[in-house]
Amino acid sequence: MLTRIVHSSITRRLVTALGTLFGVAVLVFIMLRAIPGDQVTAQFGIESGALTPAQRAALESYYGLDQPLLVQFFSWLGNLFTGNLGFSARAHLSVAELTAQSLPVTVELAVITIVLSLVLGVPLGMLSASKPNSARDGLGQVVALAGLSIPAFLLGSSVMAWVATFWGQNPNGQAFARLTDNPMLNLQQMILPAGVLAFGIAAPIMRTTRTAVLDIRAKDFIRTARAKGVPKARIQMRHILTNALVPITTMTGLQFGYLLGGAIVIEQIFSLPGIGRQVLVGIEQKEYAVVQSTILIIAVCFVLVNLLTDMLYRVIDPRVRAL
Amino acid sequence: MTVTPPGPPMPSRPVPASGAVPSRPMPSQPVSAPGPVPPPTSDTPKAPAKPRRRAGTNGLRQILRSRAGAAGLVIVALIGLLCLASACGWLPFEPNTQDPLVRLQGPSQTHWFGTDRFGRDVFARVAAGVVNSSLIALVAVAFSALVGTLAGVAAGFFRGATDASVSGVTNVLFAFPPLLLALALASVFTRNWFTVAVAIAVVYTPIFIRVTRGPVLSLREIEFVRAARAAGRNAFAIMFHHILPNLTSIVIVQVTLSLSWAVLTEASLSFLGLGTPPPAPSLGSMIYEARTLAAIAPWTMIAPGVVMVLLVVGLNLLGDGVRDALDPQERTRR
Repeated sequence: MLTRIVHSSITRRLVTALGTLFGVAVLVFIMLRAIPGDQVTAQFGIESGALTPAQRAALESYYGLDQPLLVQFFSWLGNLFTGNLGFSARAHLSVAELTAQSLPVTVELAVITIVLSLVLGVPLGMLSASKPNSARDGLGQVVALAGLSIPAFLLGSSVMAWVATFWGQNPNGQAFARLTDNPMLNLQQMILPAGVLAFGIAAPIMRTTRTAVLDIRAKDFIRTARAKGVPKARIQMRHILTNALVPITTMTGLQFGYLLGGAIVIEQIFSLPGIGRQVLVGIEQKEYAVVQSTILIIAVCFVLVNLLTDMLYRVIDPRVRAL
Repeated sequence: MTVTPPGPPMPSRPVPASGAVPSRPMPSQPVSAPGPVPPPTSDTPKAPAKPRRRAGTNGLRQILRSRAGAAGLVIVALIGLLCLASACGWLPFEPNTQDPLVRLQGPSQTHWFGTDRFGRDVFARVAAGVVNSSLIALVAVAFSALVGTLAGVAAGFFRGATDASVSGVTNVLFAFPPLLLALALASVFTRNWFTVAVAIAVVYTPIFIRVTRGPVLSLREIEFVRAARAAGRNAFAIMFHHILPNLTSIVIVQVTLSLSWAVLTEASLSFLGLGTPPPAPSLGSMIYEARTLAAIAPWTMIAPGVVMVLLVVGLNLLGDGVRDALDPQERTRR
C-alpha cells in the first residue's frame, strides 16, 4: 500500500512541484540580489549616501545583509513560510495584506475570462471541425488567427478609446468597485477586460477543440456508434465532446494559469487593482520586496493551477486514473 | 536539380570496410547499392520513397505551396522591405525629428500615416519601430533556440543527472507566466535593447528544451546512433553529426512560431514601459502613447497597431506553412 502511494504518479507530481517551487524561490532570491542597490539604499534613497560607514554597517546587520548569502536565503524562505512576505512602505501595508486585496480581483477576472472563452472557443472549434476545409472552417480559423495575432493591449486600448469616445460613460473610469460592495458596477467593470482577454484565450481553446474533435472523429468507436444508429447529436455530445474534454481541460488550465500573471497588461489598461498591477506598481515605485514576493505568489499559484489541472484530468479521463 | 539515386542533399556513404555507418536514419535507403547505377534521366522517379525532411530550396517551395505559408511569406517579406528601407534611411523622414508646425496632422501625401503630437512622422516611426521590435525578437529567439536546443539535446542524450538538472531548470522557468518573467527580468537589468532581448530569450528557452529533448530520447535509441556509438565516436560527434541534423525541422518550426510570440512579448513590455527605452520608437510604446490621443488622432494608434498585427499574422501563417512543409504528420495539429 505504502509503496503504491510512494510510486503513484500523483505523489511524483507533488514532489516535482515542490522541487519546482524551491527552484522558483531560488530564482526570485537571485533576482532580488541582482538588483543594483540593497535594502538600505531602497529605504533611504539618495540620503543613503549620507550615512556614515558605522550607521550603514548597523543597518546592514539589522537587515541581515552581513550574513552569508545562504543564511540570508534560508531566513528569507523561513519568513515566507510564516507569512512574512515583506512590507510596502508606500501603501503602509504588508505584502500579504496587499495580496489579499488584489488576488481576488485577478482570480475573478480570470474566471470570467475562462468562462467567456470556453463559451466562444469550444462551439467554434466544433463548428470548424464539423466540416474541415469548408467555408465555416475557414471562418473559424480566421477568428482563431485573429485571436492569436491581435495582442490584448492593442485590443484593450482600442476598446477603451472607443468606449471613452462614443459611449459617453466608462465604467472603468470610476473607482474600482469590489464584487462584495457593488456587484453590478463590479461586473460592468469586469466585462470589457474579460471580453478582451477571452478573445485571445478562445483562440488556442478553439484550435485545441478542433484538433481533438477531428482526431476523435476518425476513431473506430465513432464509426461503430454511427453504424449502430446512435443519433448524431448524441455522438457529438456524448462520444466526441466527452473525449475531447481531456485536451481542452489541459489547455484551459494552462491558460488560466497564464491569466493569473498575464492579465498584467489588461489590468493596467482597465485600471483593475489586480495582482499583475501590484507587480507593475511595485516596479514603478522601486519597491522590490513587493515585486519579488508578488512574483513568487503568482508563480506558486501557477504551479498549483497546473497541478490541479493534472488532477482534474484524472477525474475526467478514467484511463489516466488507472495508472 | 540533379537527381541521382542516392539523393543530392546528403549522399549516404556506402559502408566502408572500417565499419563506419551512414549518418542518417533512412531505412528505405539501400545502403549497399551494388551493381551499375542507372544514368540520371529527367524522368527517373525520385530516389525510392525518400522522406524529405530537410529545409532548403525544396522546403521553400513547399511553404509556397500552402496558401497560408505563401501569404505569410509575402507579408513578412513586405515588412522586411519596410525594415530595410527604414534602416538604410530611404524614407523621407527621420523617426525622431520633431516638427512643431505639423503636430497631429492626419495622413497626407507628405506624411503617409500622419504625424504624432511632437510632429514626428508616424510612418517613419512605425518603420523604425518594426526594426527595433524585429531586432529584439530575432536576437531573443536566436539566443533561446541556440541555448535551448543544445540544452535539450544534452538532456536527452546524456540523461541521468544532466537531464534532471536541465529539466529542473525548465520546470522552474515554466512556473512563471511568460510575460511576468520577462517583466521581472527586464526590471532587474539596466534597460537597453539587448537586456530586453535577453529577458525575452530566457522566457522562450525552456520551450526549445522541451521540444528537442523528447525527440532526442527516441533518436538516441535508433540503430544508426547506437552504431555510431559502437564505432567509437565520441558523444559530441554523435550529437552534432547524427542527432542535431535530425532536429532541424522541429527547431525551424519552433523558431518561426516563437518569433511571433517574441514580437508580442516585446510589444507588451514596451507598452508597459519596460521594453525598448525611449526615444527609440517601438510599436508597443507608440500604442501606449496613442491611447489618450485615439479620439482626436486615431491614426497614431491604428498605424502601429495594424503593422504589428500584420507582422504577427504573417509570422503565424509562415509558421503554419513551415510546419506543414516540414512535418506532414502534424498538419492537422493545433
